[in-house]
Amino acid sequence: MENNTYNISVFTENSVGMLNRITIIFTRRNINIESITASESEIEGIHRYTIVVNELKEVVRKVVSQIEKQIDVVKAFYHSDDEVVYQEIALYKLPTNMLASGGDAERIVRAHHARILTIESEFTILEKTGYQEEIKDLFTELKPFGLLEFVRSGRVAISKPMKTLEEHIEDMNNEKIIL
Amino acid sequence: MEKEIRGAEAVIKSLVAEGVHTIFGYPGGAIMPIYDALYDYKEEINHILVRHEQGAIHAAQGFARTSETCGVCFATSGPGATNLITGLADAMIDSTPVVCITGQVASHLLGTDAFQETDVIGISMPVTKWNTQVKRAEDIPAVLAKAFFIARSGRPGPVLVDITKDAQFGMMDFNYVPCNDIRSYFPNPVINVSKIDAAIKLINESKKPYLLVGQGITLSNAEQELVEFAEKSGIPVASTLLGLGAFPPDHPLYVGYLGMHGNYAPNIKTNECDVLIAIGMRFDDRVTGDVSRYAKQAKIIHIDIDFAELNKIVTNEVSIHADAKDALLLLNSKVEKRSHDAWIQEFRDAEKLEVEAVIEDAIHPKHDRLQMAEVVNMLSEKTDGKAIIVTDVGQHQMVTSRYYQYKAQNTNITSGGLGTMGFALPAAIGAKLGNPSKTVVAIIGDGGFQMTIQELGTILQFKIDIKILILNNNFLGMVRQWQEMFFEKRYSFTDIVNPNFTQIAKGYDIEARKIDQRTELSEALDVMLTSKAAYLLEAVVEQEENVFPMVATGASVSEIRLN
Repeated sequence: MENNTYNISVFTENSVGMLNRITIIFTRRNINIESITASESEIEGIHRYTIVVNELKEVVRKVVSQIEKQIDVVKAFYHSDDEVVYQEIALYKLPTNMLASGGDAERIVRAHHARILTIESEFTILEKTGYQEEIKDLFTELKPFGLLEFVRSGRVAISKPMKTLEEHIEDMNNEKIIL
Repeated sequence: MEKEIRGAEAVIKSLVAEGVHTIFGYPGGAIMPIYDALYDYKEEINHILVRHEQGAIHAAQGFARTSETCGVCFATSGPGATNLITGLADAMIDSTPVVCITGQVASHLLGTDAFQETDVIGISMPVTKWNTQVKRAEDIPAVLAKAFFIARSGRPGPVLVDITKDAQFGMMDFNYVPCNDIRSYFPNPVINVSKIDAAIKLINESKKPYLLVGQGITLSNAEQELVEFAEKSGIPVASTLLGLGAFPPDHPLYVGYLGMHGNYAPNIKTNECDVLIAIGMRFDDRVTGDVSRYAKQAKIIHIDIDFAELNKIVTNEVSIHADAKDALLLLNSKVEKRSHDAWIQEFRDAEKLEVEAVIEDAIHPKHDRLQMAEVVNMLSEKTDGKAIIVTDVGQHQMVTSRYYQYKAQNTNITSGGLGTMGFALPAAIGAKLGNPSKTVVAIIGDGGFQMTIQELGTILQFKIDIKILILNNNFLGMVRQWQEMFFEKRYSFTDIVNPNFTQIAKGYDIEARKIDQRTELSEALDVMLTSKAAYLLEAVVEQEENVFPMVATGASVSEIRLN
């Protein structure tokens, strides 16, 4: 058995402390979270977390059960990398004079499908979305230009299976027993 | 429109609306408005002033378990709230419904290191089923309604509601609507009938089926359905520590108590059955021993209301996500009549080995000194197994669970999962108030008794008629036993110098007696049981007694030692 990358998607109510409630489940088991992002989902009032971990499938399955057990969690899933489409986004801040001083800045921007977000007299900001490795490749190429600042987001991932969250919730509600 | 009442009064009115009539608590600065409101509700609510907040929550746990309702406790912010944590963890792991209400500093002071401010939400998060903070008076009724619903439903557990002082002072219109549904919460699983059919097929075809039951039976009131299932299917039944009392111990199909210090036969036979049916239990490591050598030959059917428990420790052939009673009702309608006399005889044969090697000597000892088992055995006989027995943690607890015959439901109150020393005395106070007509006996070791000994003051003030039976071996006995067996008798800090317990009891106006002779035992127990008020009996027992059988850490259940 070996560790693999798993993408855990958690759908929750938007209540104070939810992030803490979810992350302590990992802390208790000494599991490192590689990345985590949170935002509103397609359903109003329901928030979505994408958590990336490197772990055994068996461990991930049990962690996801514990996450789903939390009162304010609507549903939690886990997927391997080939079951999801995922992206990360990175911003690169460079001195404008270095970019404009000839060289192959244009080639690099084109080759990496990077976008120029803004050009100010002192700095230029490039944006790149893609896999972590692609973002890193661009980082390596831009470094000689005197990279001033770099930031990369956590992963966002969408699963390939076609069942929507709304359908999941509908199924769950059809089975709900209210005493 | 005029705002009618303060948030503090809304707390009390919400509790009254939930049918709460007993609260355990301790006042302090940040919860003073709630205590002020309580002053006007003395008729409706009986508040028990404990001597430490840990006592409040253990009492609430004992109350919850004997009354089959939700325990409630109050504490102030800061140290008051942090003193609840052990009890929250205990209630969490033992699935006990408790609602804790803590006062908090005013909302404008949150995060400022104000006097007695602590992040109780953050601290209690890992040990609560749910917790929340209320900063507005108008939110109080709905939050408390949600708290009670969550604590009681599904797999029960502790809930903490932290209320800021300004919310307690704030004015609001009171309207209480009980909660019976939360959008993201599914406490009542719908049974997948195909799983029941799959289980029935395994059970009907099984030659050596074996049924393990836990507290889930008690929590879902499925005792009768369990007896019906066992009798129809002819399957032998064994119980976990918290499951004791869920199945009649004198029933011909009952084969004993599971786990580290459980009975010989039920442990050995776990690795010989062909189908293992586990209901409302969670395969704790104290039950399974080495899990890689646990019931590997058996097909496991696991029924539990908590989805996360299924396939958590063992791998199931059939997992049934269900309330125990619902599942048993379906199983009973489909299971075929069987008997497994030869298989049950195997248990009886194995049991004989334990009777000869351990039990006979334990309850009719030839040693001079009193043995714990003979004390418990005699208590069991004198109470016909029907008293509420509250135990602490350690040797006396294992001996009690081995030798007390729990014949009545909701009478076995102990700290199982967390193993909290100091649990018994306050839990017994709650247990008595939760079921006042019953005799409550708290059996406690000399070590654990001193962890919450201050609650003798609660017994004094509220005249709580509980019987305290101290089994005193002047040692932290269970640790000493392990030191003897696994640490070359290096008794590192387990010999304990005790105070004069009877004199302490007398200081609290509690009648007390100390015995150390076998000849005194019967009469002393009679006096204790017939006394009309609280009573403390200290039985000085053999100093270096070991509890056997034992499944040592890392050993398989089939390697259970008789000595």
